Amino acid sequence: MLNCVEVTEICSLELEQPLPIGRRLGLGMHLMMCSGCTNYRKQLGLLRQIAQAYADGRAATDVSRLGESSPD
Amino acid sequence: MNGATDPRGDAHPASAVQAISAAALISLRADMLKFAQFQVRNAETAEDLVQESIEAALKQSSTFAGRSTLKTWVFAILRNRIIDHVRQANRTVSASSLHEDDENWLERQDAVFSENGRWRDSARPQAWPSPEESMQSQQFWRIFETCLDHLPPNTGRVFMMREFLGFDTAEICSQLGITSTNLHVILHRARMKLRGCMEAGWGRPGETAC
Repeated sequence: MLNCVEVTEICSLELEQPLPIGRRLGLGMHLMMCSGCTNYRKQLGLLRQIAQAYADGRAATDVSRLGESSPD
Repeated sequence: MNGATDPRGDAHPASAVQAISAAALISLRADMLKFAQFQVRNAETAEDLVQESIEAALKQSSTFAGRSTLKTWVFAILRNRIIDHVRQANRTVSASSLHEDDENWLERQDAVFSENGRWRDSARPQAWPSPEESMQSQQFWRIFETCLDHLPPNTGRVFMMREFLGFDTAEICSQLGITSTNLHVILHRARMKLRGCMEAGWGRPGETAC
């Protein structure tokens, strides 16, 4: 049975490569019983979306920073 | 790709430039610089990349179709320049510097997980408020930036190569001279730290960050 430490590692690995079937089943079983890891897994996916939005220039512009670095 | 500059761009009359005002681009400069500085630690190089991107955007302004926002368009130009820079810089990461990044990792893990490998009550991930709404707020993005700043340097660099610049794992490994096992460990630690910091700063309103 996987514990939460192992599950957090798997949740990150899952974002990089497909998991073998055994791992997927183990993960699914654990998630059914663990709200902490369920939130964790969802939030890692969200972090990826947040990072992509940031890199895509979709972050709200900080008006307080305007003029802070004008070239003149 | 957006990174390709029209070599004849200089010859564009002023009218082409009017579609995108220099003032609008300059208003994005601070955000661009912040983004570049996360990934290019040398401040002058980061400034240069931003400056070149703004100039390239002005030259290519006729190709801005208005389908995306100006900021998204100019960030694509900047991102391509950072990618080129990272590829050329050919930086390797030594095992010892990765080890430095790992200081306190086990202690931190002890604070988060109990002996049997389960979340401690104080550290168990909570449901977050609606991300779509939060992503509209400046405060949310300032917390995100603060949390990125808190990542150890090499950990942050690897995370951003993957998630900001979209390098695939094989290229990161060959660029930095690390194994895929190293890479997975680094990404896992980066994500865990970032998630914990975001939860402290934003996911649990009222509690103090980090």
